[in-house]
Amino acid sequence: MIDGIIHCLVVLLLPPLLIGIITKTKAAFAGRVGAPLLQPYYDILKLLRKGSVFSTTTTWLFRAGPLVTLAAILTASLLVPLGRHPALISFDGDLILFAYLFGLARFFTASAALDTGSSFEGMGAAREVTFSCLAEPTLFVALITLARISGSLRLSTILTYPTPALWRATGASMLLLVAALFIVLLAENCRIPFDDPTTHLELTMIHEVMVLDHSGPAFGLILYGAALKLLVLGALFTAIALPVSTGSDLADWGLFLASMAALAVAIGVVESVMARLRLVRIPQLLVGATILSAFAMLLVLR
Amino acid sequence: MIAAARTLYNGSSVPLAEVPELSLDRFLETILDATGHGWRVIAYFGLPDAAATPLYCLLAEGTTSRLAALRTVCQDERLPSLTPACPQLHLFEREIAEQCGLVVDGHPWFKPLRFHRSWAPGRDAWQRPADDPLTVGVMEFFQVAGDEVHEVAVGPVHAGIIEPGHFRFQCHGEEVFHLEISLGFQHRGIERRLVGGHDTRVMALMEVVAGDTTIGHGLAHCMVMEALGQAKVAPRPQVLRGIALELERLANHTGDLGAIAGDVGYLPTSSFCGRIRGDILNMTAVLCGSRFGRGLLAPGGTRFDLTPDQCGDLLDRLRAVRRDLTDAVELMRNTPSVMARLEGIGQVERELALELGLVGPAARASGIKRDVRIDHPFGIYRMTHLPVATGFHGDVCARATVRWQEAEKSLDFVEEQLQQIPAGTHRGELAPPPAHHLAVALTEGWRGEVCHVALTDADGRFARYKIVDPSFHNWQGLAMALRGQQISDFPLCNKSFNLSYCGVDL
Repeated sequence: MIDGIIHCLVVLLLPPLLIGIITKTKAAFAGRVGAPLLQPYYDILKLLRKGSVFSTTTTWLFRAGPLVTLAAILTASLLVPLGRHPALISFDGDLILFAYLFGLARFFTASAALDTGSSFEGMGAAREVTFSCLAEPTLFVALITLARISGSLRLSTILTYPTPALWRATGASMLLLVAALFIVLLAENCRIPFDDPTTHLELTMIHEVMVLDHSGPAFGLILYGAALKLLVLGALFTAIALPVSTGSDLADWGLFLASMAALAVAIGVVESVMARLRLVRIPQLLVGATILSAFAMLLVLR
Repeated sequence: MIAAARTLYNGSSVPLAEVPELSLDRFLETILDATGHGWRVIAYFGLPDAAATPLYCLLAEGTTSRLAALRTVCQDERLPSLTPACPQLHLFEREIAEQCGLVVDGHPWFKPLRFHRSWAPGRDAWQRPADDPLTVGVMEFFQVAGDEVHEVAVGPVHAGIIEPGHFRFQCHGEEVFHLEISLGFQHRGIERRLVGGHDTRVMALMEVVAGDTTIGHGLAHCMVMEALGQAKVAPRPQVLRGIALELERLANHTGDLGAIAGDVGYLPTSSFCGRIRGDILNMTAVLCGSRFGRGLLAPGGTRFDLTPDQCGDLLDRLRAVRRDLTDAVELMRNTPSVMARLEGIGQVERELALELGLVGPAARASGIKRDVRIDHPFGIYRMTHLPVATGFHGDVCARATVRWQEAEKSLDFVEEQLQQIPAGTHRGELAPPPAHHLAVALTEGWRGEVCHVALTDADGRFARYKIVDPSFHNWQGLAMALRGQQISDFPLCNKSFNLSYCGVDL
């Protein structure tokens, strides 16, 4: 019960802080003070208070896009265990639902973008679906590998199964999985080297350009949804990469929050020390990630 | 053939009577022949107010530092186009057509440049009706047909805080087949306003021809006035001008190197260079109180002097800038992911660059040794020779590298000059401009060659004042650099050229 409440609170309140930590890390690398840690919250609250402008060429699809996207990611957030605590909803095969909730969110974001009829947003949608086609297999192969290791099809079991002992036993496979999932984490959350969330150059954007026409509360929901997606995939990543448990429930929550903060710092460091890839190179890296996860599976099947 | 022309040197004037008036055919032949023999067109313009249109062409040749002036009179309203044989004239001919109302026969892409009415009353090269509002950018763009080809229009309102310009891409997926650039949104009528000058406001106007090239354009104007006024500029202001020009180059190269890093998502260099650019602008402010060098120059000398204390202050700041800038740029150049992003993008081959008549760092990055400071030395550059940095590949990486190397040379130059500023006055006197003279001045602004040409009338006032910003030569280079590239690489290519919109729109 307490875990459930904490789960909901974390899902609702934590995500923008991760973005704040990334921004602060990047600012530190660039020798700047940077925006306040809580700036993403202020931004979202500001947007929620604003009015909206809707282009007359758009239909209901454009308005539904942000809502459906956020709903899908919120649902996914209920399926994923946070730290060592089982998810709120859990059943056999929920990993399929988990993966396809992201698919649904993407479908509606891309459709809303296409609905505007803008050439920029069309380009962005084309890029997004192309790259996610390549990122999806990695996620699936990784989940299947873990399902095989843990012998279960429930996300809650799969993701709480890894332990330091398991790492010692199947270290090579786990390492490959972690590498593949980190690449997918960066790609799915539109971080450098795949996309630059801070750029203002429409021609180079992937995710940002798809939401150019959204304004006000709808845009606030999009920003929150993007941060939540980082939390959900981050939780999945840390469950595998840092499968440590203290034994105490509350200390585990603290450990989870600390590992998410560490992940945000790590993303900030990656963004600070390297440039974006050329768009034509992105598929190569994503296919590389798929191959890594496929090798991880081979090692497990052996 | 060029023997038919009157040759002169940078920063000099000649009586108009000494510039031979050729027949139109001979005039065009001479231009074609000269451009085929290593000469380059630096200015080509008409005097639109007369019934028959006098045309002037100025050419430059680097190895002997000579300039050549030609003129003719176009009797009817048609002018044969040289662009098919000599692509560097493309925009010059469109400009002549728009300003003088001449129809340029055989021009491959005959369209307005800035969308204003012809200066010659009642004449219009495109027969546009008098009530046509002449909306900027409304015209037929080059189109590529096909089911899989799509068109992307960018601007004139951009996401960043930059000048307005319209870019029309013909794309196949992510690949750009063709880019057409339409300017004119910043047209202010500067050249038109200068006819019948000169008054005290002109200097201020010259400083804002392109706001980031205040010294480059201001200096060219001063040189024109000094050439007309037969003034000899004292050594001290020459050095001060040189320092200001190099600081301007340094500030802009620094800002653009940072912006290039920012465009590829490499934040450290982007942030550092943004700050260092501010430091350099503040050094210019020590010179004259304006971060952009406004009000420093005056025909005959400079308006401000530098005290020894200020020199020491500048030297200290310069050392800090050199240390920080070297660190910031080396950080970028030692990051493989950044260099991989810059290499092979937006290539302009040497032959193409020669054909289009590119100038400045864009030309030098393509391996052309072309620099006004060396080819047509002026002011302090007659005494001190700066090494020319050239690249080879003509890609974004080469342009960034050339700009960094130039910045290093500018640092050396400013440091050296600050330690040996000659004594004496920093002001000079000018005689009023003589009647019926032609004066020409070239300077090397940070984007490349800045050309000012003045023709005086019977009262010594400007009958015509022609300004050619380096961007006028280089925009077509950017359009060609995008051919066959990824559309997502456009901002990066654009930034590596960083051309001026208002410098073209005038």
